[in-house]
Amino acid sequence: MRTLISDVLVIGAGLAGERAAIASAHAGLDVTMLSLVPPRRSHSAAAQGGMQASLGNSVKGKGDNPTIHWLDTVKGSDWGADQEVARIFADNAPIAMREMAHFGVPWNRVEGGPRDVYIKGKKTTIVEDHEKEGLITARDFGGTAKWRTCYTADGTGHTVLYAMDNLAVQLDITIHDRMEALSLIHEDGACIGAVVRSLRDGEILTYLAKATVIATGGYGRLYGESTNAIINEGTGSAIALQTGLVPLGNMEAVQFHPTGIVPTDILVTEGCRGDGGLLLDVDEYRFMPEYEPDKQELASRDVVSRRMKEHMLKGKGVQSPYGEHLWLDLRHLGEEHLTTKLREVYDICMYFIGVNPIKELIPVRPTQHYSMGGIRVNKDGMAYGMKGLFALGEVACWDMHGFNRLGGNSLAETVVAGMVVGRKVAAYAKTAELNANVSLAETFAKEQVDKIDHLLNNSGTENVFALKDEIGQLLTAHAHIFRTGEGLEKAVKGLKAILGRVNNVKVSSTAPGMNPELSQALRIEGMAKQAYIIAKGALLRTESRGAHTREDYPARDDKNWLNRTLASWPAGADEPEFNYEPVGPLDLPPGDRGYGGGQMIPMDLSLEEYNAKVDAAQKALGKQATSEPIGVSLPKEAWREESPYKDAK
Amino acid sequence: MARKLTFKIFRYNPTKENDEPHIDTFELEETPRLNLFTALHLIREKQAPDLMYDFVCRAGICGSCAMMINGRPTLACRTLTSDLADTIELYPLPFFKLLGDLSVDTGVWFHDMAKRLESWIHTTKEFDPTAVEERMDNATANKIYESERCIECGCCVAACATAQVYPDFLGAAGLNRIGRFMFDPRDTRGEQEWFELVSTDIGVFGCIGMMACDDVCPKDLPLLEVFSYIRRKMNSGVKVAVKEMDLA
Repeated sequence: MRTLISDVLVIGAGLAGERAAIASAHAGLDVTMLSLVPPRRSHSAAAQGGMQASLGNSVKGKGDNPTIHWLDTVKGSDWGADQEVARIFADNAPIAMREMAHFGVPWNRVEGGPRDVYIKGKKTTIVEDHEKEGLITARDFGGTAKWRTCYTADGTGHTVLYAMDNLAVQLDITIHDRMEALSLIHEDGACIGAVVRSLRDGEILTYLAKATVIATGGYGRLYGESTNAIINEGTGSAIALQTGLVPLGNMEAVQFHPTGIVPTDILVTEGCRGDGGLLLDVDEYRFMPEYEPDKQELASRDVVSRRMKEHMLKGKGVQSPYGEHLWLDLRHLGEEHLTTKLREVYDICMYFIGVNPIKELIPVRPTQHYSMGGIRVNKDGMAYGMKGLFALGEVACWDMHGFNRLGGNSLAETVVAGMVVGRKVAAYAKTAELNANVSLAETFAKEQVDKIDHLLNNSGTENVFALKDEIGQLLTAHAHIFRTGEGLEKAVKGLKAILGRVNNVKVSSTAPGMNPELSQALRIEGMAKQAYIIAKGALLRTESRGAHTREDYPARDDKNWLNRTLASWPAGADEPEFNYEPVGPLDLPPGDRGYGGGQMIPMDLSLEEYNAKVDAAQKALGKQATSEPIGVSLPKEAWREESPYKDAK
Repeated sequence: MARKLTFKIFRYNPTKENDEPHIDTFELEETPRLNLFTALHLIREKQAPDLMYDFVCRAGICGSCAMMINGRPTLACRTLTSDLADTIELYPLPFFKLLGDLSVDTGVWFHDMAKRLESWIHTTKEFDPTAVEERMDNATANKIYESERCIECGCCVAACATAQVYPDFLGAAGLNRIGRFMFDPRDTRGEQEWFELVSTDIGVFGCIGMMACDDVCPKDLPLLEVFSYIRRKMNSGVKVAVKEMDLA
């Protein structure tokens, strides 16, 4: 068996993985990246709308700063975020955008002078400052106080990924594409590498490194209907979970994006509404201002999706052979705007559903889109429960998004975390010793070889594609926007039964090489376990927070649930273990988000009392030591200087 | 009544001993708005679990799924069966290394192309995290973006007569990439450097101008415009080269 050794092993070569790899390469370390697909095909490329950073160059972003960005992010999270991590993110986002400009991203720039835009359904003329001419501009996105989302038309993920991968090529970083990590190799609570299967020829090999980084993206494809690329099956979070030592955080926190198109579930960007697009019902009536008078179409995604569903439940949806939907109206934006700034959207509508958005309404409905949960890491990006293992980007629960992430914050997170966590990875790998325990690696590899052998040669009758569909249907039916105890019980029961059937999967194809059926079969146990954790976690969380909405527990309960779910699956256990930790140090006290409505049950601790227990409680659940003490990056009460708090008592 | 579609699919698994390239035939009932992404998944899940092909975004954005559909290279995910006849022939893209059935190794070819062209911003400036970004005219940013929209699907190279004869030919994707960096004021490469990079048979002078690339590009990149821009640039590059020869 081949064993390949490097200083740093990065699993996943989308934006987060590549940026972290580059940080290590810059530090003079030998880096190997693995990816299911060529790096430029990663799901990062599909991100359309943009990246939030408080550059404040557009006139509608005037006066913006990291504190306001942080405020929007914490409110958006429904106070589920780690406020210090959100602060690290907001502080570094402007630097990351400028760095990406330096690396070659052709950001759209400010053009001085007047231009017509649509704001809250009305055509308005804004006048951009001539002195800002040529600086990075921004568009409006949901849940933000300022126009803050930097963009290149509606191909932002594409251009940033291409610039990033160009740099990776320049630095000659080793990339092995069409490779899938099947398990992590670890000894005495430290990760020393991974067992990997080649999707080209089926070879099993091992990679050893001083530091291992997981950046494989989200678990959206556990759901039957998702905007995600088909490779987003939670493969990276699965291998962390299956160590039995690393917990996954807030897996029940799943985002549903308001505008997946019907049918096909392909996303059209929030930039559509940011640029003035409107949501209409069956009567072509604009309903959002009734529900959200202030933010209207641009409340946070959890709120807009909930309002859309609510409106459809009132009988205002449009019936179609593909299920109920609402309309997105972009017609008033005009041909020029739709064929330049929203060109991907235009193409998607034309090619996939035969709708011309210049003249016609686009059928949309809320669709699974983003995984707030993932591998729980400390603020340096190191996994709980395992030294030398890092995670970043969508696969991680770092956790700046809490129970709802704002549009434009995840694409920005990939490059910011890549920069921040990337440096921590490099610092760790610089001092760590390589544990080249090849015989241990072979033992881990043998487990996977045996598993493959079992899948090919057992006498079971389960078909892996059918099992995957069942998982997707259960989550879509019961762990969607509106959740109930009753529905979640059904999901938990159904998924438990599926877990029992996973061992009876029989791979019918014995073709050597890629064998796509075998690839799917190797993933199914990890998928079923994560689906179970989503449903069970949602059942246990008897409150409504952000995207997690319990009809039977409609209030946000800060007294009992201002915490983060940690789920781990001890080796050989039938059931996962659920623990809860404080969300992190609080600086902005839990309050009203300013949109979304809803009841709140206030916390019964003071901020000081809450904050006093954070560090110890997190350490007790496996948090690794951080390079700096907890809370040092969170300036105390900086928000008091900002509207709307400035005038508060 | 729904049409019965017949798929004739090229099959070959290079990792399988004694396998020979051949055509397998599958039948599928057409459903409304059926595209080749869904069709191929249905065939894999119900009829041929070992069928190899590549999809990632299934939204026309990532460039993974280019294949020969009834003899023409294009993206499978956004091809609707309703636009095709009852019999649909699927072959892998030519030119690229075959990994199996409809799957080809575009990733390694494009990675190598990026390396050959030094597809990155050449600058001696260091990034200064404390400084405001350098200004750029928005029209310039848009012009760069036009070429930057290439998704590396490989359709242009698969359709290119020159590429089939000269395997080192940079193809429309490569030339477009050069254009992208030529347009970019941040890249300090001068005319002489561009000249050396592309004024060869595998560069801009290898193109015989049939422009099949322009016909098949799924992103409607402005290839004609980019090529003529590069040629004009090379013209001035030639002048520089001749001048230097004179001096020698």
